[in-house]
Amino acid sequence: MGGHSEPSQIQSIIMEIRLPRLILALLVGAVLAILGAVMQGLFRNPLADPSLIGVSGGASVGASIVIVTAGGAMLSPLAGLSMVALGAFIGGVITTLVVYRVATSSLGTSVTTMLLAGIAIGAIAGAFNSLLSYFSDNQMLRQISVWQMGNLGGANWQKASLMAAVSLIIFSLLPGHAKSLNAFLLGESEARHLGIDVQRIKRQLIFLTALGVGVSVALAGLIGFVGLVIPHMVRLLIGPDHRALLPASALAGASLLLIADSIARVVVLPAELPTGILTALLGAPFFVVLLLKQQGEI
Amino acid sequence: MSIVANDLYLHLSGFDLLRNIDLTIEAGKVNALVGPNGAGKSSLLRVLTGEIKPTKGDVLINQQQLNDWSIQDRANLLAVLPQHSELNFPFTAAEVVGLGRIPHKTGFAKDQAIIAEALALVDASYLQRRLYTQMSGGEKQRVQLARVLAQIWQPSDLGEQFLVLDEPTAAFDLSHQQLTLSIVKQLADRGVGVLMVLHDLNLAARCADNLVVVNGGTIEASGTPEKVLTKELIHQVFDVQSVIAEHPVAKTPLVIT
Repeated sequence: MGGHSEPSQIQSIIMEIRLPRLILALLVGAVLAILGAVMQGLFRNPLADPSLIGVSGGASVGASIVIVTAGGAMLSPLAGLSMVALGAFIGGVITTLVVYRVATSSLGTSVTTMLLAGIAIGAIAGAFNSLLSYFSDNQMLRQISVWQMGNLGGANWQKASLMAAVSLIIFSLLPGHAKSLNAFLLGESEARHLGIDVQRIKRQLIFLTALGVGVSVALAGLIGFVGLVIPHMVRLLIGPDHRALLPASALAGASLLLIADSIARVVVLPAELPTGILTALLGAPFFVVLLLKQQGEI
Repeated sequence: MSIVANDLYLHLSGFDLLRNIDLTIEAGKVNALVGPNGAGKSSLLRVLTGEIKPTKGDVLINQQQLNDWSIQDRANLLAVLPQHSELNFPFTAAEVVGLGRIPHKTGFAKDQAIIAEALALVDASYLQRRLYTQMSGGEKQRVQLARVLAQIWQPSDLGEQFLVLDEPTAAFDLSHQQLTLSIVKQLADRGVGVLMVLHDLNLAARCADNLVVVNGGTIEASGTPEKVLTKELIHQVFDVQSVIAEHPVAKTPLVIT
């Protein structure tokens, strides 16, 4: 941006570019982190993250297919969304459904099977991605890899409002499940003996995760680290009670993505770095410090 | 009132795990379930607590089919302590016990009081603020016991309550074994029906009003420990030679092998 902008120009930059991007960063960060906390609770595994149910791998394939079949620059029928975003969303939701179906029998959904099915489907998605990259030309290859690094650069009001709608659904439904998630940590049959309708809640949480991560990935690409490490970090600080963990993770995820995106935007002016690079670069050292501090206490 | 099993059969992946089981767990009584490894004790517990559906037969709690109770109401009547817990997250002991209050809407202050009392009862007050993941096996099991006690701490207006324990004393030292038995007896005096799997026949003889011997997926014998524990039965079920004496103080049967 030139040094002598007209006031009206500054206002339109803030209103049309900066503000939607800021809102998108806050919401995507919050949604990825809160859903990471949900997945870790559901799988009773502090190393789980939303990609475990296949949504990120599928989204990646969806996006790559659109890019390679040369639809990368096309706009979808949905206002303001690229075909790439639509492909990513569809890919993410389809893989989640497949993983869920594989793991669901008449006895209910087995989270262990889901974990393994997620790994298997993830491997297939990875292979498809490599295959698509192999047949891409340089231009497509660059587009694929930039998408995979995660980028909030294309933010606009349509994207921000879509994300806001999805966030509203997630943030209004999840707090009601905090106690159930606490009981899940004991094991599923224990949760059932505590009066929790395990299968219904599991289905609802998986659906919300597919929706939230699917839309986040469609709008901002793959942003790693937030869903895995933010809830983990917050748990080290305030404990595993989901009544506090869920809102605190959302807050921390929103903060991290906002800071990371602000730095990504200005650090190599006039160009921009993909946001996903910065989230890991900023968050990981902090996480290591926390781990060291925890080891010191034992 | 009671938990009643009528002619239960369980057939899973090609095996007959349970056959022809008729069993009544009366409220206010301590029932001990004994039998060799693989006899079907855990399968029976899982069917009685609604975790698996029997292939044939049915289970009633307080004269109503197990599955006709809503999940929520059932949690008010029936608390279950599994043999092992998967809990792998750093809750404090008080938080773990607090999970037992999930089915109830008694409010924060009342719940905190119950949590403290339940921890005191199992000799775990000193663990209150400690992290579950850093406790010993016996401490973890005591905290879990406090959790299921907290779940049925107050009588329910839905009917008599039941407590099912799968080898509750396995990780305990002598004094905590005794403590568990006295807690279980207190509960029974309050009207709770208790069913627990035990491995130690003498422990079972000391505390049980009704002793149920399971072997090969079916009930071999049941009744008072005096009636059930005979040389012949122990040889037949466990393939062990023994002498049955009388406990010098408690006057209960004492199995010496």
